[in-house]
Amino acid sequence: MKSLLPITASDASMVSCHSCSLLFLNKGIHRLNMANMKCHRCGAILHERKQNSLNRTVALLVAAFIFYIPANVLPVMTVTSFGREQADTIMSGVIHLVVTGMWPPAIVVFIASIIVPVMKLLILTFLVISVKKKSNWRPLERTYLYRMTEISGRWSMIDIFVITILIALVDMGSMATVEAESGALFFAAVVIITMFAAMSFDPRLIWDGAGKNAEPRGIIEENLYPLEKE
Amino acid sequence: MSHIIACHECDMLHKVKHIERGAARCLRCSAVLYESKKNSINRASALTLTALILFIPANLFPFLSLTIEGQENRTTLLTGIKALYLQGMPELAFLVFLTVIAVPLFQITGLLYIFTALRFKVLPSFPVLFRYILCTRTWGMMEIFFLGILVSVVKLAGMAKIIPGPALYSFFLLIFAVTAAFASIDDRSVWERFDLK
Ligand SMILES: [Zn+2]
Ligand SMILES: [Zn+2]
Repeated sequence: MKSLLPITASDASMVSCHSCSLLFLNKGIHRLNMANMKCHRCGAILHERKQNSLNRTVALLVAAFIFYIPANVLPVMTVTSFGREQADTIMSGVIHLVVTGMWPPAIVVFIASIIVPVMKLLILTFLVISVKKKSNWRPLERTYLYRMTEISGRWSMIDIFVITILIALVDMGSMATVEAESGALFFAAVVIITMFAAMSFDPRLIWDGAGKNAEPRGIIEENLYPLEKE
Repeated sequence: MSHIIACHECDMLHKVKHIERGAARCLRCSAVLYESKKNSINRASALTLTALILFIPANLFPFLSLTIEGQENRTTLLTGIKALYLQGMPELAFLVFLTVIAVPLFQITGLLYIFTALRFKVLPSFPVLFRYILCTRTWGMMEIFFLGILVSVVKLAGMAKIIPGPALYSFFLLIFAVTAAFASIDDRSVWERFDLK
């Protein structure tokens, strides 16, 4: 009986360049010296899977969780207008927008600065744990979760850009000034570190451990590479 | 082995077939494997050239001006970065410079060079450059900065008079041109053009 289990590049002893998708055969006389083999088309170093993916993702996640606390507790900027000082944290900035009834920016900033960083940290942690436990639970949905974190992460930078614009624009000497505070530095660090964490996670690991759930839904066999699984 | 391709998200092998339009997706994780884009390199070259031209006014002219009690203050992209630096946050200043100015400029000029080199055989066509442009894609954040401008305008609307400057319009068009340029690039056919050189 023919197995419907899909054949991956790794099953077929092939390595796909992560940058330009060129395929390399990695067996027999073509066996690649994986230590520092480079793609001859684009020059990227070839790896079957991202190097040391889980450990790097975990290390970056731990760093992000640590920075997450000062990023949210410390003020990110201070607004001084006519002698009155007001320090804002990420959260109080959002609350201020809500209280003054400015709903569209309040929703944008709430999603980008509060929801996205938390969701990213939780989703990546969940993905790392599920891969470590070799879980075969819903690989497709886990891939969707990964894609979400990959796409949404950069939008958290919006608060850093708002601070940059405000400090340049509101520079009116004794009347009004805005100053950036150290919380902004920690917040930017969280955004950048989680972006690197998402980049170091290899979604192919989800499918490597998916067992019988790795079968494509609604298989169209003629599109698959014809190789019998040994 | 260019007639087969491995999905970059789940590693599954697929035969490459000619598709008239749209995208070929992975059968099990639905990642886009390759796309068919008509006239891809010509359109992308025109759009990156437009972007390069727009880049100049977007960076030179003020994008917002603020007036409180008759006193006016204008900002360009660079004044914000300079202000961060002067307030003792060189790391943030560097990060904003990188994501809003340096990376986008690198991508625009790099793409323009590659498209020119692919067309005229005499120029060397550095495939490494194309790889760097693809992998710095998430680090160009002009569109997020633009959203930041809109949020800042709303935040200040109650306390001062805000007037949009000429750079705001060029910035908007610039983002449109860069996004459209990236959207019209078909990675796979660009890589194949490198093979032919
Ligand atoms: Zn390559
Ligand atoms: Zn796939």
